[in-house]
Amino acid sequence: MRIALLSDIHSNLEALQACLAHARRQGAERFGFLGDLVGYGADPCACLDLVIDLVDRGAAAVMGNHDEAALGGLCAEMNIPARDAIYWTRRQLAERHREFLARLPLTASVDGTLLVHASADAPAAWTYVSNEERAQRSLQATEARLTCAGHVHAQHLYYTSPSGGVREHPPEPGVPIPLTRQRRWLALVGSVGQPRDGNPAACYALLDGAADQIVFHRVPYDHFAAARKVIAAGLPERLALRLAQGH
Amino acid sequence: MERRLKPGEEHAGFRVLDLMHEGGMALLYRVCRAEGGEPLVMKLPRLGFGDHPACYVGFETETMLLARLTGPHVPRLVARGETGEGPYLVIELIDGPELSDFFRRAPLPAYEAARLMLPVAEAVHDLHRQDVIHFDLKPANVRFRADGTAVLLDFGLARHGRLPDLAGEEFDRPLGTGAYIAPEQVLGLRSDPRSDLFALGVMLYELATGVLPFGMPTTPSGFRRRLWTDPLPPRRRRPDLPEWYQQITLRCLETEAANRYATAAQLAYDLAHPEQVAIDERGRRLERIGLAARLARWLRLQRAPPRPAAAPSEHLASAPHVLVALDTGAGEALGAALREAVARIVQARPDCLVTCITVFEPSALTQQEDGEEIARGMMTERFMALRHWARPLGLPDARLRYHVLEGTDAAARIAGYAAARHVDHIVIGARGSGSLRRFIGSVSARVAAEAPCTVTVVRPEAHREPPAGATKP
Repeated sequence: MRIALLSDIHSNLEALQACLAHARRQGAERFGFLGDLVGYGADPCACLDLVIDLVDRGAAAVMGNHDEAALGGLCAEMNIPARDAIYWTRRQLAERHREFLARLPLTASVDGTLLVHASADAPAAWTYVSNEERAQRSLQATEARLTCAGHVHAQHLYYTSPSGGVREHPPEPGVPIPLTRQRRWLALVGSVGQPRDGNPAACYALLDGAADQIVFHRVPYDHFAAARKVIAAGLPERLALRLAQGH
Repeated sequence: MERRLKPGEEHAGFRVLDLMHEGGMALLYRVCRAEGGEPLVMKLPRLGFGDHPACYVGFETETMLLARLTGPHVPRLVARGETGEGPYLVIELIDGPELSDFFRRAPLPAYEAARLMLPVAEAVHDLHRQDVIHFDLKPANVRFRADGTAVLLDFGLARHGRLPDLAGEEFDRPLGTGAYIAPEQVLGLRSDPRSDLFALGVMLYELATGVLPFGMPTTPSGFRRRLWTDPLPPRRRRPDLPEWYQQITLRCLETEAANRYATAAQLAYDLAHPEQVAIDERGRRLERIGLAARLARWLRLQRAPPRPAAAPSEHLASAPHVLVALDTGAGEALGAALREAVARIVQARPDCLVTCITVFEPSALTQQEDGEEIARGMMTERFMALRHWARPLGLPDARLRYHVLEGTDAAARIAGYAAARHVDHIVIGARGSGSLRRFIGSVSARVAAEAPCTVTVVRPEAHREPPAGATKP
């Protein structure tokens, strides 16, 4: 069973479609959405319609901080362009979209793999798993052999060491990494709709359950079109620029 | 306390035949499938009370890497999994001789030692090509198949350049076997494929002299000594040892990885063609390097510890073996165009090796009474033509090799040579559009189709035909 894990789509329809098509070509049979379906981008409704359809057919999805923000509240902790995008997004969403977002759980389990948007130790606190220490806290909070998360918009792989502690391996795109059974693993799959590592190509990961391995993928897509739509929608220009720059 | 499997017992669907080997880290059993069939090897880590976590990580590393590695130079992975008693691994049984069997007869004559180590170097190159560094090469970890192919065993300390370094991250002390460990491994660096070439150098030294170049140290200071001292030149121990053998051995044993062979393929090449080894001071010296040089090494080490290298396959890409196939009668224009193409390929790759070959077709002339002498003269003529062609490239002698091959089927000879000598890139000239080409077909087209590597076909400016319909200037 191959499961494609997609996080931080952020209303970027071009990137989402490119990743879904890529994953299907790679033999993905199931999909897991790790939160932040909306925010920043210009296509919240089209992205949600795609995801809702896949969830109706068995895909798993969890809530992210932007999904929560799109339902209401002051978003005091967000920066200004992010907040502007959320206010704009609220005006676009239909009732069915709001209902879907409101029903999203904070965590989900697929064949023993834990899906969560941020850190497993406090999923609703939206902590950034940005180093080995934070990764250890997330890994200690769960029994799952593999945790998949997003939120940090870059691809990372952490794993437990038999002598205690947690180590990091920088994954290379397209290289399958065996997830040995002697350890527990935490995969940050990167962002579909707003990569921030200097490379504009969309990120996702493909988990091959039978072979116990994970592949991190980078998928080029028409980020110019996505950026044009951001500007045409009247969203902050900075959000369009960063799609081309990848940060 | 760990349990021993008894002959006849079934474990994970395999029937135990006998205990083959009891190592510090694992137990090896000869087994076969429960329903019978060829004998295999089952490896079980020693996980009993008091056993070091190294056993466990080494076993995990080996399982991960054997699942990824392919080809004749590694044992085939048959099965892996876990029972209630712990993990197991079942691999192909290589029942040919062990390399260490030959070491018991050391010292061996130089040619015999080189012939013995050639397949080992080829196996190591194949491993590096698959992005894996072994880090524990020694005579006990190499076996031979019936056809003479070397098989590398025991990947417990190995590392894949693109996967998590499970073994390396677990320990603070250097990983490896005292006698064979490379200086950079002593410093804890685990990213340079040339560390494996150092171990091959230790084996070459041991085979020819019967003595280990650095002894068998067990203390940290004993390990560190090889960071600045070099071994007694083997010819000091065995004056009859040829210079080429010492040259090859000491080049592998260079303290700094950058001064060793760039790839195991280049080492294999020299072991296969000792007569072509360019001898420098390393081959001739009869004393250790001086105190001043040793002090300089030591100081350099204090100031700038060696930097980690890229993944093994990226390192190999910086040291390609380029083969230029020349038709010595093809004219100056093509020769110059070929030279320009080769110069562009080797530019910024100081570790490349360029082999110039030409295929010599024994003609009816050489069937005459004095044919052999005439043929020898023609071979020499072509050999000199190759050297003449290569001179303007300005490459040092150590980076150039020349071969005149004999045969009637030039394309097959060139492609076959490229496969046997691990060539990464062939540069060959296109034939003009003469009647001969129409008659025999294009050698370059066949080489491009049959060779196992990249092929560049070069056509000199003057030979380019304008596209149909275009007017000539």
